[in-house]
Order: sequence, then structure tokens, then C-alpha cells
Amino acid sequence: MATTLAQALNAALRDALHQDDSVVVFGEDVGTLGGVFRITDGLAGDLGEDRCFDTPLAESGIVGFALGMAMNGFRPVVEMQFDAFAYPAFEQLVSHAARMRNRTRGAVGVPMVVRVPYGGGIGGVEHHSDSSEAYYVHTPGLKVATPATVADAYSLLREAIADPDPVVFLEPKKLYWSKADVDLPVTTAPFGTAEVRRHGTDATLIAYGPALPVALAAAEAAAADGHDIEVLDLRTLVPFDDETVAASVRKTGRCVVVQEAAGFAGVGAEVAARVQERCFHSLHAPVLRVSGFDIPYPPPIVEKYHLPDVDRVLDAVARLQWDDEPDRRHLTRVPA
Amino acid sequence: MTTQAEHRRTDGVAPSGAGDAGGVATRLLPSATPIRFLDDTGGTAPESARGGYEMPPTEMLVEAYRRMVLGRRFDAQATALTKQGRLAVYPSSHGQEACQIGGVLVLRDTDWMFPTYRESMALVARGIDPVEALTLLRGDWHCGYDPVATRTAPQCTPLATQSPHAVGLAYAARRRGEDTVALVYVGDGGTSEGDFHEALNFAGVFKAPVVFLVQNNRYAISVPLAKQTAAPALAYRGVGYGIRSEQVDGNDPIAVLSVLRHAVESARSGAGPFLVEAHTYRVEAHTNADDASRYRDAAEVAAWEGRDPLTRLETHLLAVGALSDEDIGAARQEAEAFAGRLRTRMNEDPDVDPRSLFVNVFAEPTPQLREQREWLEEELGAEDSRGGGEH
Repeated sequence: MATTLAQALNAALRDALHQDDSVVVFGEDVGTLGGVFRITDGLAGDLGEDRCFDTPLAESGIVGFALGMAMNGFRPVVEMQFDAFAYPAFEQLVSHAARMRNRTRGAVGVPMVVRVPYGGGIGGVEHHSDSSEAYYVHTPGLKVATPATVADAYSLLREAIADPDPVVFLEPKKLYWSKADVDLPVTTAPFGTAEVRRHGTDATLIAYGPALPVALAAAEAAAADGHDIEVLDLRTLVPFDDETVAASVRKTGRCVVVQEAAGFAGVGAEVAARVQERCFHSLHAPVLRVSGFDIPYPPPIVEKYHLPDVDRVLDAVARLQWDDEPDRRHLTRVPA
Repeated sequence: MTTQAEHRRTDGVAPSGAGDAGGVATRLLPSATPIRFLDDTGGTAPESARGGYEMPPTEMLVEAYRRMVLGRRFDAQATALTKQGRLAVYPSSHGQEACQIGGVLVLRDTDWMFPTYRESMALVARGIDPVEALTLLRGDWHCGYDPVATRTAPQCTPLATQSPHAVGLAYAARRRGEDTVALVYVGDGGTSEGDFHEALNFAGVFKAPVVFLVQNNRYAISVPLAKQTAAPALAYRGVGYGIRSEQVDGNDPIAVLSVLRHAVESARSGAGPFLVEAHTYRVEAHTNADDASRYRDAAEVAAWEGRDPLTRLETHLLAVGALSDEDIGAARQEAEAFAGRLRTRMNEDPDVDPRSLFVNVFAEPTPQLREQREWLEEELGAEDSRGGGEH
């Protein structure tokens, strides 16, 4: 049956609330309204307003309050309304949620999920389209999930809620309305497992979240040019699946990482570094990145110039030194 | 708990500020001047200064005295250990004994305390092993005690960020039908932080059984209160969040105990959160690393030392016959013995296994953490084989 990614998330919350009394869902507008993206639609009405409720409009307070509840036997799942509106909660996540288990030598774990709709491509005005994953993955103690498919949206959210550690759950908002034939409940591979979404032999495209459909479309288009491209979906950024990534690139010898976020010091940079550390002797070309530009997220009318698209990914694939031609892009500006 | 259905019924019907808002606000306001039972030197303050609060039982005052003597000696010992290089840093709470001990004595074992880095004395008064209490400041780990077993959150170094945790924890307890109260220690500087305000707001909205104890010790490191706020008193911050508030002479142990007892039991009874501002003074510098002479006069410190909480309580208890010279001697002896044991234990080098760095980052280490631990093991093994390793 055709299910949207948003419906899968809603079902995951609903099923978790039904199965575990300690699960509570709260945040801004998640109660009566059902969330601005309707991810919590019907939960307050069906499960009760003590299980899914609205809070004051204060993200740090929401995450700090959730942490206190998690210290005392609950499993809070909180919603940050948009990526950029999660920043007030940054200190609570980085200095507290991420460290509580460690600083208390394991005496206090804080099982909690912070759901963040992220990324662009929906015509959002300023502060509604950030890709903020790099901030979170750089913080030891936080797990970071980045589902891209309907089945993963359900399964990874269920796993995040059951996880004993804090999870930042990044929801690709431009894929909320994407559909797949999935019967729920569904269980997919666990955290820390990348999936091969398209098998290929010539090069590996690595993507996650909103960039996955772009990578898959590019792989299809590249087939027309005679390149058989493998596409990996990272699924969770923390834990990171080095094994699957390295196995694929050792096989193909070429790799491009695709992300929506700005490139500098982003997840793609980390992936590229890890790939060259592990696959250097298998590589026929430098690992390339296709990312957003290093600019503040642009206004909606011009966001298409910023977001990686199929053409940009194909350009990168073309630069993978198929005929031992050096990649001119990065050579031409280097002083002799 | 107010349900959303109730909110729907009232929202838009009763505009904010209408009805008896003024009357409600008046009932939330603190006394115009800080509550006191004792004058500056330990004599009895006028009855009117008590604001209707009850005199705590004498046994409670005697117990407070004993723990204040011990707390002050502990604090002096920790300062000395810092000078000897045994602690990385120590923020003293000398002069704040009334709040340090008062905040502990009003709590039950089942209640929770959320301390800051300056509350080492309160941790010891709570019954936490002093070496475990000083673990953070010695630097052999972050939190040395078990927060669950002691119902005491880790000492919070970022300012006021523990406040929303206390609100969430207390709200969680209330949902389960428990009568747990959470008491949060915050300083005057901490009340400027956003998390303090967000916590007050959440506590008000969710009627969480939380007592916010603001120790206004006049300085946030070097910044004096006048640069921290334009409010007539920090206690007035409660009314804006619908929270009952009070201000108290924080160097009057009787007043502190009396007001905090009321605040805690009010929260426990379901009447919602309570904010108490205790006017006190940080006699020592911010920490041993700070030089307070750069920003305040010795005369100011001397004036506050003239209102010393321990002296005031001792004077009062002697005057009413609740304490004898022998009792005072016994309390000091107990404190001295406590300090001696602490000194001995703290003079042993802590043994921290570097392998433990990788434990408890997550419940289950990631493959990357396992790998990094192996790299460290190799380094340690190489050190051992060179004879240079200690592990």
C-alpha cells in the first residue's frame, strides 16, 4: 500500500506510544494541530493529551525538559519545528544530552529523540531549510539518523525511540510526501548499517537523507553514458558504517559523496577522508564531493542553484579520471 | 494538569491581563524586603520581618549549625588542597553556608537536588562522600557520585542549564503520582541565562514541583549585581512566569530554612513551583584562580563578614540555650576529624584507567570507538614495554 514518509513517521510514533507507556511526544504545535508538517497528526486525540502535548515555544526548554524526563524514566520524543529553530537547543544537546551518560560513568542514560525536519527544496523562506547534520555528528555521544526512504523512516524512528542514548533524528522535509509501497510496521537494517540502494561496478555514489533520490537519479542517467554506478545510503551518520562504504569503494575504485549541506567541513568531507584512509590503494581517482555551496541557505526562488542536482552529480562522475585525465577543476587554480 | 481541551475553551475568551490578573500577581510577589528572623549579629529581628513564616523546630536549627560548621571546615580544606595542587580548581561557598545547608535540610531523601559547581558544600551536607563530591574539581572524572543513588544531579558548570532538567524530572515524577520535589541551585549570574527563564516558564505552565533557589551572592565572577539586572530584586522574576516568589536574608539560616521549608512543601502539595532569592555574599574569590581585589573593596567583604551566617546562628542558639560551649566544641571537633580524613584520602593520587575514556560514550561503543580504544591500548602497551607506562 502506498505510504508517504510522513505517514510512516506518524505510524512509528503512534506504535511506540501504544507499546511503551514511557514514550511521550511533545514540542511546539504537536498536540492539537498535529505539527506543522502533520507528523504527529491525531496522536493527542487518539492517545491522550498527556502522551502528546504542546509546550511553550522555547527549544532549549523543550530539550532540557525532555532530558529531565529521560533522567526519570520516560522516553521523550520532541519535535523541533524546523532545522534552524533547533539551534537554541544546541547547548542542551551538546553539553548535556550527549554527555550525561559519560559524565556520570553510566549511572544516568538519557533515552530521548530530537526530531528535526531538515534540508531545503520546499521553497521555505529564510531559516527554514538548513542542513544542520554536521553540527550534531561532530558531538560525541549523539547518534544521528538520516532516513531517506519510507521504510527507514518508520524503522529507524522506532529504533531511535528504543535506543538507550540520545538520537537526533533528521527528517528530510522535501521527502515527507514521497511515497512507497510499504506495509507497516516494517523493520529495516539497524543503526550503523549503510544500504546498497543500487548495485554497480564502476563508481560509488554515497548519499543520505534528501540527497539519496538525487544520487539514484544520477546513477540511472549515468547508465546511459555507460557507467554502472553503485549507490549507498548511509541511513545513520552516527554510528557510521565504515565497512559497507569501504567494501563498495574498494570494489568500484571511484567515489563521489553527495550532500545538500554546505561542503566545508561537512559530512561529505568526513566520508571522503575515511574512504581515502581505507581505500587509497583501490582508488583510481580522488574522492569527490557534490554539496551545497558555502553560503547561507539561499532564498527560495534561487535555491535550485544551491542544491546538488543530477547534472552536478553527473559532472562529478565525469571528473573521476576515466581516461587518466587529471581533474582540471582543482588543478587550474593551484599556483605553479 | 491543564488539558489542551481546557486551553481551547479559555484561549481567546479571556484575554491576557483581564480579570483578576493584578490580584493573582500580587499573591505571587515576594515580600518587599528580605525575610529575616535574625538581625545582622544574631539577635532577634522584629516579628514583622518574618513575613508570617514559621520558626523551624530547634532540632533542625541545631542540625543546621552542626552541618554548617562541618561545611565551612570542608570548604577551607578544599581550598587548602587546591593550593597544594590536589584540586584543579575550587569555587568556594564560604559565607553561603545558610543556603548550602538550608537547601539540603529541607529535602527528603526521595527529593532531587540540582547543584552548580559552587555547591560542593551542599553535596557533602547531602551525605555524598566528600571525595566523590570533589571528583569534578580534582579532575579524575566529571561527576564522582551516582546521581540516581544520591538523588543529586551532576554539578552543572554551564550556567542555569540544569534548571530545565529539574523541571522535566519533577514533572515526570508528578505524572507517576510521586510527591518528589526538585530543588535547583542557581546564582545571580545564572538568572540572566535563557535556560533559567525557559525553566521558570515550563515549571509554571506544567505546575512542576520545583523550587528555584537563587543564591544571589552579588557577583558573577567579577560582574556585580547592578550590571546583571535592572530588576528591583531577582525574586521579582517569578511573577512574570506565574510563580510564587520570595526573597530572604540568605545569611540568616533560620530565615533560609523557614522560607525553603515552606517553598518545598508548597511545591510538594501541588501548588506549583516556587522561586526563592537568598541575598548572600561570596566571601572568597570566584575560584582560587580569581583575584577579587581587582573588582571589589576589602571593606565590602568585611561588612558582609559582619553578617556571617554561622556566627549569627551560633549566637542565636547560645542565647536560647539550644547550644552549649561543649556542643560547639564537639561540632568543631567532628569537622576537624572530617577534614583530616578528607586530607588523607585526597593526598592519594587518583588512579584513572585511560581505557575508561571509551566507556559510557554510548551504552554500546560504536565500531569507531572500539577501534580508537585499541589504538590507545597499543600506545599504552608500547609505553609499558619501554618501561615508561604507569598503566
